[in-house]
Amino acid sequence: MKWHILHPLWVGLGVVGLIILAGRFLVPDDFGVHGRNFTYGYHRLSSLQDWKDFPVKYQGRDSCIECHEENVRLNSASPHAAIQCENCHGPAVNHADSVQSPSVGIQSPSVGNQSSSVGIQPLSVDTSRELCLRCHAYLGYPNSNRGAMPSIVDRTHRRRRECSNCHNPHDPGEESE
Amino acid sequence: MSEDIIVHGVEWTVKQLFVYPNEYIYWSIQIVMYPYMTGLVAGAFVLSSLYHVFGQKDLKDIAQFSLVFSLALLPVAMVPLLLHLQQPARALEPLLTPHFTSAIAAFGIVITVYGLIVMAEIWFVYREYFVAQVHLLKNQAGLLSALRRTVYGALTIGATDVSDAAIRVDHKAAKILAAVGIPTACFLHGYAGFIFGSVKANALWMSPLMPVIFIMSAVVSGIALCMLTYIIIKEWQAFWRKRRGSAFEASEIKGAEKDVITKSTKFLLTFLIVAISLEVLDLIFRGYTAMKSWDILRSVMYGKDFINIFILQYTLGNLVPVALLLLPGRTLRRTSVALLLILFGVFMMRWNVVIGGQAFSLSFSGYMHYEIPVIPHSLNTFKEGVFGALSVMALPFIIFWVLNKFVPSLGREIKGSK
Amino acid sequence: MTCSRRDFLKEAVGTTAAAVLPSAAFVLLSTDEARAAVANSKVRYAFLIDTNKCVGCGMCVRACKNENEVPYDAPVTRNWVERYIFTKDGKIHIDSPKGGRDGFTDNNMYGEEIDPDDIAKAFFVPKGCNHCDNPPCVQVCPVGATYQTNEGVVLVDRDWCMGCAYCIMACPFGARYFHPVHKVADKCTFCYHRLNKGLAPACVQSCAFGARRFANLRDPDDPVTKIITTQRVAVLKDLYGTKPHAFYLGLDHDVR
Repeated sequence: MKWHILHPLWVGLGVVGLIILAGRFLVPDDFGVHGRNFTYGYHRLSSLQDWKDFPVKYQGRDSCIECHEENVRLNSASPHAAIQCENCHGPAVNHADSVQSPSVGIQSPSVGNQSSSVGIQPLSVDTSRELCLRCHAYLGYPNSNRGAMPSIVDRTHRRRRECSNCHNPHDPGEESE
Repeated sequence: MSEDIIVHGVEWTVKQLFVYPNEYIYWSIQIVMYPYMTGLVAGAFVLSSLYHVFGQKDLKDIAQFSLVFSLALLPVAMVPLLLHLQQPARALEPLLTPHFTSAIAAFGIVITVYGLIVMAEIWFVYREYFVAQVHLLKNQAGLLSALRRTVYGALTIGATDVSDAAIRVDHKAAKILAAVGIPTACFLHGYAGFIFGSVKANALWMSPLMPVIFIMSAVVSGIALCMLTYIIIKEWQAFWRKRRGSAFEASEIKGAEKDVITKSTKFLLTFLIVAISLEVLDLIFRGYTAMKSWDILRSVMYGKDFINIFILQYTLGNLVPVALLLLPGRTLRRTSVALLLILFGVFMMRWNVVIGGQAFSLSFSGYMHYEIPVIPHSLNTFKEGVFGALSVMALPFIIFWVLNKFVPSLGREIKGSK
Repeated sequence: MTCSRRDFLKEAVGTTAAAVLPSAAFVLLSTDEARAAVANSKVRYAFLIDTNKCVGCGMCVRACKNENEVPYDAPVTRNWVERYIFTKDGKIHIDSPKGGRDGFTDNNMYGEEIDPDDIAKAFFVPKGCNHCDNPPCVQVCPVGATYQTNEGVVLVDRDWCMGCAYCIMACPFGARYFHPVHKVADKCTFCYHRLNKGLAPACVQSCAFGARRFANLRDPDDPVTKIITTQRVAVLKDLYGTKPHAFYLGLDHDVR
C-alpha cells in the first residue's frame, strides 16, 4: 500500500480542522439549541437579552396624566378618548423624566416621527390636516367602521385651514378657542 | 438622512398593482449567476468523470481540461454569494453554525467536500508531473525557477515516489475520487435546485422537480462550456502553430479532435433532452392542476415573460441548438454556435427561475419588474448589476489561465491518464 | 503490505464523514426537556386582528416605525394595512400606500379615482408577522440567525444574520425585509422589549378602535384569548401549513 495516497486526506482533514478551530473562536459560546428543537430553536441565547434591552419609546397614556391632567381629563370624556396621546404627539420616550420646566415652548408642528435620539425636547404638536384626515376623510365605504366615522370631503371642507382652528383635537365635540 | 438609506432591492424593482410593502427583488442577478456557476462546476466535473470512471476513451483530451476547469470554476461559484450577501464578512457562518434544516447550510458543507474531492483528484492526476517539474527546475537558475520549484515542491505534499506501483495507485485513487465526485457534484447542484424547490412561499419555485431540473441543466451547461472552451483553445493553438510553420509536426496541428466532440455532443444532447422534458412536464402539471397561483403564473409566463421563456430559453436556447447538433453535416463552427446557444439557454433558465419567481407578488395580485442596473453608481448597483455579473463570468477564465500554468491541461504532456 | 481498495474507501469515507459533522458548540437539551420547555410555557403570544373595526388610520404603522427604529421614510415596514375595494363591476382593487403609514385619505388607487358610488364593499386588513408555530423563515435560515422563543415570538439575531435573504423569500406573508441601516433581515418582534415590561406592542397600544389586539393563549383568563377560543377566527394562507398566530375576525375570502 502506497501511503502517499493519504496525503490529500490529511490536507482535507486539516482544512476541516481549521474550520472547526475557527468555530471555537468565532462562534459565541452560548450558541446552540435553546427551547423547542433544532429547527426552530438554534440560535445565540444572548440574542434574547439584546431584544429585551431594546429601548421603549411609547410610554402610554398613563405617563401623560401626571403633568397634563387637564388635557387628559378633557380627552377621556370625549369621542377621542380611545386615541393614545402619543398617536398625535409622537412617542414620549423619556419626555416625562427629562422635561424640567413646564413652561418650555411648544415646537413647531411636524408631521411624522421623531429621531431616535429624541428624549429631551418637548413633543410635537401636529396640527396638520393630514393627521385628522387619516380617520376623518370621507371614503364612502359601506359596512365598514370607516364608514361609520364622522367624515368630511377634504376638497370641499374649509380648505387652507387647520382642523384645530375650529375643532379641539382633545375634545372634538367642543368648539376650539 | 433619508437619501443615505437605500433599501436593498428598491433600486432595481418596479412594482405594478398590488405588491406587499416589503416585497422587492431580493434575489437578483448574482443569485442567477450562482446556480449558473455551480452548474458549470458540476457539469465540467461530470464530463471529466465520464472518462475517468466510465472509460470513455474518446473523451481523454477534454476530460483533463474539464477537470482543471472545474477547479477554476469552483471558487467563482462562491463569488456571487459574497457579492450578494448584505454581511459578506459573515460568509463563513454556514460552515461554523450550519443550520441543517436549511438547504443553504447543507450546501456549504457539500461544496467544501466537493472542492476537496476535486483538488484531491487533480493532485493524483498531476502528482507525477509535479515531481518531474521539481527535478527539472532543480538545475535551473533564477528567482522565478526557484519560486516555481517551491510551489511544485509544496504541491507534492511530500509524496515523491514515482515508481510504477505508485503511479498505478495514483490512477486508482483518481478513479475512485472521480466516482465519488459524481454523486457529490449531483448533490451540489441538486442542493441548489432544492434551495428554490423547497420554498413553499414561492408559487413558481415550489416543485419537487426543481432539484432534478437543476442537475440536468447543470450538466448540460458544464459539458457545453467545456466543449466550447476546448474547441476555442484547440483551434487557437492549431491556428498559431500553422502560422508559425513547420516547427511542429503535422500530427500536432490537429485542433479540436472530432471524436471528442462527437462523443461529448451525444452526452450533451441526452442531458439536454431530459432537462427540457422535465421543464415541460412541470409546466403541463401546473397548467393542468391550476392551483390558486396559476392565474398570475400564467399571466407572467404567457405575458410579460413570454419572450424570456419561450423565445430565448426554449427556442433559441434549447430547440435551435438541438436542431443544429442533430442535422447532418455538422461542422465545428455549427457546433460552436449550438454550444453558445445552449450556454445562453441554461443562463436564461436560471434567470427565468430566479427572476421569474419574483416577477409576481406573493399577493398574486401584482407584478415586479426587474430593471437590472447597467451603469453602476454605487457599490450595490455594481455588485448586483450587469458589470458585477460580467466580472463573475470572466473570473473562471482568469483563474484557469493561472491554474493552467501549474497544472497544464491542454498541451501534449497530458498526464495521469491511462 | 497491500491496502485493498475497500480498506482505503472505508477509511477515507469514514474519516471524511466524521470530519464534516457540524462544528458548532451544541447545547442540546434532551428531547423531554425540549418538549417540556414549550408545553409548559405559560405564555404563547398571538395577535387578534378585527378587520371589522379597522378604519385605516395607519397609526399602528407609524407607531411601529417609531417604536422599533425602522427608518420612517424607507419603503419597508414591520407592519402594514391593506385596503380592499370591491367595485360593483366585480373587480377587486387592493393597495397599501407606504404600508398605510399615512393612512388612507382618498380613493385614488394607482392614479385612478374610485367613485364611492361604485363601491360594493370595502375594508382594511392590518397585517404583520404572524409569528407562526411552524415558521418557514426559521427553518430556512442557514446560520441560526433567526429563531422562535418559548413564547412563540420569532426574532432575528442582528449580530449573526449574514443577509442572504433566504428567510425573506421563505415568508409567504411578506413580513420580512432588509433593515436599511443594520443591513440584516428584520421583522416584527411582537415588541418583545415591551412585552417583557408588561407593555402592549406599540401597534396594539396605538389602535384606538381595538382592531389590533394581542393575547396570551396560555392564559384562560385573558379576554382576548377568550375571543379567539370562542368566536370564529381565521388565519391568512392557511394552506401553507405554517400555523400562523395572527387570528382574524371578519377575514374576507378574497384577502390576499
